[in-house]
Amino acid sequence: MIEFRDLVVSYPGARQNAVDGVSFVGARGQLTALAGPNGSGKSSIVKALLRRADITRGSASIDGRDVRSLSYAELARNVAVVPQREEAAFPIQVREYVFLGRYPHLGLWRAPSREDDLAVDQALSQAGVEDLADRDTDALSGGEWQRVRIARALAQKSPALVLDEPTTFLDVAHEMGIFELMSSLAHSGLAVLLVSHQLNLVARFADTIVLLDRGKVATTGSPTEVMRADTLESIYGWPVVITRDPAVGAPALVPLRRPVRL
Amino acid sequence: MLAVARGAVSVSLAGVIDALRGRGDPTAIAIVRDLRLPRVVLGALVGAGLGASGAALQGALRNPLAEPYLLGVSGGAAVGAVIAFSLGVSSDAMITLAAFAGGIAAVFVALAVARVGGRSARADVRTLLIAGVIVGAFANAAIMVALARAEPNTVRGALWWMMGSAADATWRRVAWLAASILVAGGALVYWAREIDVLSLGDDTAASLGVDAERAGRRAFLLAALLAAATVSAAGLIGFVGLVVPHIARRMGLRAHRPLIMAAGLIGATLVVAADLAARTVAAPTELPLGAITALLGVPFFLVQLRRTS
Repeated sequence: MIEFRDLVVSYPGARQNAVDGVSFVGARGQLTALAGPNGSGKSSIVKALLRRADITRGSASIDGRDVRSLSYAELARNVAVVPQREEAAFPIQVREYVFLGRYPHLGLWRAPSREDDLAVDQALSQAGVEDLADRDTDALSGGEWQRVRIARALAQKSPALVLDEPTTFLDVAHEMGIFELMSSLAHSGLAVLLVSHQLNLVARFADTIVLLDRGKVATTGSPTEVMRADTLESIYGWPVVITRDPAVGAPALVPLRRPVRL
Repeated sequence: MLAVARGAVSVSLAGVIDALRGRGDPTAIAIVRDLRLPRVVLGALVGAGLGASGAALQGALRNPLAEPYLLGVSGGAAVGAVIAFSLGVSSDAMITLAAFAGGIAAVFVALAVARVGGRSARADVRTLLIAGVIVGAFANAAIMVALARAEPNTVRGALWWMMGSAADATWRRVAWLAASILVAGGALVYWAREIDVLSLGDDTAASLGVDAERAGRRAFLLAALLAAATVSAAGLIGFVGLVVPHIARRMGLRAHRPLIMAAGLIGATLVVAADLAARTVAAPTELPLGAITALLGVPFFLVQLRRTS
């Protein structure tokens, strides 16, 4: 379980706190989505969780343990991350790439054991990329690459998984595929925290949405509770209507085109 | 063996073996034991140091064009040596030490320059490389100014540094370089898995439990240390650190532990071969070793640049 309690993150020299008293829980078995406009504090919350940003006040914890009390390696065994940008500097075999996810368990010198091999096999199959294991990373398509990155994170075998905008560069089919994968991973028992702009997809797949506005939680709850036209209009500063997704009835957002002013 | 045998004076392979065992022609014994052998060993060590340094740098900086000499190490080392020369220092050990100090100082200046441009030096690799090039250019200018009024001896010494040569090999120099490579190269091999993780980018490295900032700085400094040691022993021998890691990768090595070690071996072979060419192609005139590696390396750099862009 990922938990933030009254989290404040402020960067030196900035007038406003990047994160200003945020509390929420990403429970195990749930896909929790963190949404909000650009600059609303989404990335800073993730950074605080990973100790990439200093926590000014409040706390971030995983399964009840404050992240600041964990070593970097312990932290990596407790939460795996697929960052927005991740690419091997040099082409490497997919299986070797996924194996790097075992680093928090192996350290500098320990030789890989059967357990490590097993974790990699499982991660490859969970992410649906077993067939790519022998390929080089420079021969992957965008969608395949993203699944390989997720496999790398799954190989860490941590109870919590964070994904930062995992579908930015993907087409519709691959985007849907990744959302299905995240949802099934969550329902298999992981605490999955997803940072995403894709409100409509989030509304269809997430169990809980945390909607941020200028460093604060504007509203949180189930997709139906969060996706309300008045709330979204005031947060994004743009006229919208909420309809229903015709297939499953999830709320869907349609940003309106403003009347042309002459 | 061939490298020990060939040169301005050729010694047969059997003659080399005899000479190593202290038998046969005393001139051959002197040539083999005191001139050729230390020279070949020094060349091998220089190649090993540059190859390993390049492999670690390319991984840690995530840049296939990273090269020890692009960090300003060479220019700094030459400045150190020239300063020592112009202060009238003539002891070989002192000049080597001055070159080493100059090289390390240049790396720190480059790091500081890069930090002015960005929050952390490693965060923006391009800034760091540009900083290295700028420090190198400044060092070259400083050398030119110093040489404008220098005595011929100083000029020759500085030129030697800038062209690179394994010719002045002494056993003491060999021992000093071997020790540096053992320490810095060994440390790089020790931390090699961290470099594997770093090559995925800082965010991913952090999520895998590596303090990217610290690990990156460590790899960078160790690689610079290796480069500075080779420059102080044999001057500027460019492009070995660029070319060699790519050859090792082409051989299918991806993880940095075997990659760094293989780059050391390949680098050693390459520099010994290049030095053999330097001695024999236009014998008895010797070509500068650094010029030969540059002639080989520049076309390779261009091909690589084309491939990455």
